[in-house]
Amino acid sequence: MQHINVTVDGTSYEAEVEPRTLLVHWLREGVGKVGTVVGCDTSNCGACTVLLDGRSVKSCSVLAVQADGCEVTTIQGLSTGDDWHPVQTAFKECHGLQCGYCTPGMVMAAVDLLNENPSPSEEEIRDGIHGNLCRCTGYHNIVKSVQYAAELMGGRK
Amino acid sequence: MTEILESAGVIGRPLRRKEDAKLLHGRTNWTDNIQVPGALHMALVRSPMAHARIKKVDLSGALAMPGVVAAYDAASLGDLNANVLCVWPVTDDTVMPPFPALTGDKVRHVGDVVAIVLATDAKSAEDAIAAVDVDYEPLDAVVDMIDAMSPGSALVHDAAANNTCYVYNLGGGYADAAAKADVVIKRRFVNQRIVAGFMEPRAVVAAPMGMSDEMTLWSATQIPHVLRVVLSLSTGIPEQNLRIVAPDVGGGFGGKLQMYREEILALQLARHLGRPVKWNETRSEDMVASHHGRDQIQDIELAATKDGRILGMNVTLLANMGAYLQIITPGTPLLGMFMYCGIYKMDAYQFQCTGVFTNTTPTDAIRGAGRPEATFAIERMMDELAAELGMDPMELRTRNWIQHHEFPFTTAAGLTYDTGNYEAATARALELFGMDELRAEQKRRRESGDPVQLGIGISTFTEMCGLAPSRTLGALKYAAGGWEHCTIRLLPSGKVELVTGTSPHGQGHETAWSQIASDILGIPVEDIDVIHSDTGRAPYGMDTYGSRSLAVGGQAIKKAADRVIENARPIAAHQLECAAEDLDFANGAFSVKGDPEKSVTLGALAWAAFSAHNLPDGIEPMISGAATVDPEDFSYPHGTHLAAIEVDTETGKVRVRSYVAVDDVGNQINPMIVEGQVHGGVAMGIGQALYEGVEYDADGNLLTASLADYLIPSAADLPSFTTDRTVTPSTTHSLGTKGVGEAGAIASTPAIINGIVDALRPMGVTDVLMPASPQNVWRAIQAAKGAGA
Ligand code: FES
Ligand code: FES
Repeated sequence: MQHINVTVDGTSYEAEVEPRTLLVHWLREGVGKVGTVVGCDTSNCGACTVLLDGRSVKSCSVLAVQADGCEVTTIQGLSTGDDWHPVQTAFKECHGLQCGYCTPGMVMAAVDLLNENPSPSEEEIRDGIHGNLCRCTGYHNIVKSVQYAAELMGGRK
Repeated sequence: MTEILESAGVIGRPLRRKEDAKLLHGRTNWTDNIQVPGALHMALVRSPMAHARIKKVDLSGALAMPGVVAAYDAASLGDLNANVLCVWPVTDDTVMPPFPALTGDKVRHVGDVVAIVLATDAKSAEDAIAAVDVDYEPLDAVVDMIDAMSPGSALVHDAAANNTCYVYNLGGGYADAAAKADVVIKRRFVNQRIVAGFMEPRAVVAAPMGMSDEMTLWSATQIPHVLRVVLSLSTGIPEQNLRIVAPDVGGGFGGKLQMYREEILALQLARHLGRPVKWNETRSEDMVASHHGRDQIQDIELAATKDGRILGMNVTLLANMGAYLQIITPGTPLLGMFMYCGIYKMDAYQFQCTGVFTNTTPTDAIRGAGRPEATFAIERMMDELAAELGMDPMELRTRNWIQHHEFPFTTAAGLTYDTGNYEAATARALELFGMDELRAEQKRRRESGDPVQLGIGISTFTEMCGLAPSRTLGALKYAAGGWEHCTIRLLPSGKVELVTGTSPHGQGHETAWSQIASDILGIPVEDIDVIHSDTGRAPYGMDTYGSRSLAVGGQAIKKAADRVIENARPIAAHQLECAAEDLDFANGAFSVKGDPEKSVTLGALAWAAFSAHNLPDGIEPMISGAATVDPEDFSYPHGTHLAAIEVDTETGKVRVRSYVAVDDVGNQINPMIVEGQVHGGVAMGIGQALYEGVEYDADGNLLTASLADYLIPSAADLPSFTTDRTVTPSTTHSLGTKGVGEAGAIASTPAIINGIVDALRPMGVTDVLMPASPQNVWRAIQAAKGAGA
């Protein structure tokens, strides 16, 4: 067992974890952040994407112990209460989700993408989210959502 | 311009979805999120071999592991071992081998289940299955359907000679048609095996509920209602003691239209041990354990006159059943049998399908179920016939399709299409596509010998939706009906509970169903709560598959809402002191004819019916309306999809440059949702055309056993789509709707492949194997070069 101290969605957690525990499992089972989900076992789907110190990572490919001393933001911490982050607003407005299973990861990947590149082209968006699979939307409206979020955040005119 | 249904209310508007707030904030209730105190975790011992006799199973190693509470093989499970049921024996002599939850004699595919372990936590259960010792005696595996049917081949089931499950025949007269024809073309297409690829892996939680006899089963399923019936039939648990809940479900695409052995095992063990049991699969487990789809070899013949009139079509299929029959395995290819004529007139149609057992994961319905295969075959054949005749492929289609003034039209396969307007959808698609410019560019590239050639792919398709008139299902030997139910209750507050038997998993039913009820009842969308997917709260239903939810379920909503108004009418008349016939109903209120000032809202009547202080004699308290609708007929959405495809002839790489989809799904409740369904369907069909394919080696080992090996397309693999709709309302469905869930997946696969072949036809290419990977395209080019040399 190893001791870790991780801030998740603004709250600091101290925990003892097995060294083999994946960050996604600790988030779901240790902290109850079940908004973050698992879609595969080969780091291909991106459903588990969260922000680690502000950058998106697949939380199934990070060990919980590697997050020690870090700040994690999940879909549940992106906005509080009835607030909506512009990316969340854009996904709703542009119908960027259907079943919603890929959505937590997709939204977090989009947040990171827009932080890095406030005004991405369609190609840059498609490239930027290529590690996040969605079976429902065909990505058309996800691309639109990211474009609209960029506009809401002032990056696109 | 997209036309939308003229409606005073909210039908036809692109309302943003009610579902999204919670999904976008991670406030979700996936089955894997459900925690029940004291739950045991189940892990399954799956066969690493495709075909083997089980000599011995030793559970002792697993039982000695920390955290392990119980372990079973088929022998020790005894009477608790129940069968997965197939409800569609398609012929009187369909071979229906038993499909026990735990197999005891042999394993019949990689992933077949030999034993289970139950432990106090998931990791212990996972670790313990490695300690179960199974002694296998390997047997020859049959993987290829043609090999499986050859004499002397190993048998998957002793009862199925030549590994044949059934032979189904429909129609006839092809030989006569062919005798009269100027041209006969024959082609063999392989419609490869794919997975559903829902993003949420399957999960199950089964729990005995306190002191009662009730068992609750939460499952990531599309079919809680059907599941309740079949689980009861299989396990003997009385139906009334079973409550099935499908919580938030992350996609299905047919893959969760199933009764799975894991559901049986969790339920039986939870009941037996008196403790909750939980199972959730890994993605790699899903690749062997959830049913696959398609997997047909299609031999198609088309007979035509030299001016391009189709005289007859002959379809001979081999359909891979896999190792066992799941819920509708045998019937799935037959869902396509009426669709091989597509939108075309012909004199003769002849169909034969042979279901074949192999040592592979069972197949069953995946988005389109039989119809994508049929549409692929006819749309590919139309291009091949056009090439044979030296005719423009769109011109050939125009000469043969049913003209808009010829509806209703009974096809050679025996279905009566109620409406359609193929001319209108095609005209709109051609306009959006820019066909003339693209053909000009194609010509330029051909003439200059550009290494990147341009192809134009056409798919003018129809499908049958709205499963289904119960009598038709009965005639096809399907065990259940095709009706749908809705109950609408006015709550004392004037708010509305709409209880539906459909079971959404991404389709936005909560929003769309609210729109229908809001439109009829005049109650705001946000005051309508849609209740679904829980047999405890929504007891009657037939669930969601086959693009049926709106086509059938929508009619039930309309009828139930109409009944609410009729049931409220006498109370309104009593309050307004007039005769019931003298009342008009509009915008959520009754008013007296000729005196519109005298009116009362449904909301006010709801309270009056609740307090019941002053109801007319003979009128019962509370206002509700219930309806169960059996559809009059199938519905027939159609459309024209066009794809511009670039093929690099040196590398075989394919790029979808533009894609236009004009669909006619009849009236639309929410065009934003309709468009989303089209996008997702088109993407899935492109996935089959270009990227996806389940592959086994000759010994039956699964080569595509994870998402690293099985390519579900990413955003970088797909283009944006240009979509529009024409609107030809269905005349057999009370809302004029037709269904849209599968249209894109049915239409796009042949559009893409036709585009690739069109690009390469001058090089002599007439077909390319799916998925049309760079390797398969390059091989097709090399083969054509070789043949030409
Ligand atoms: S769960 Fe699939 S990438 Fe993390
Ligand atoms: S919305 Fe269902 S997987 Fe993306």
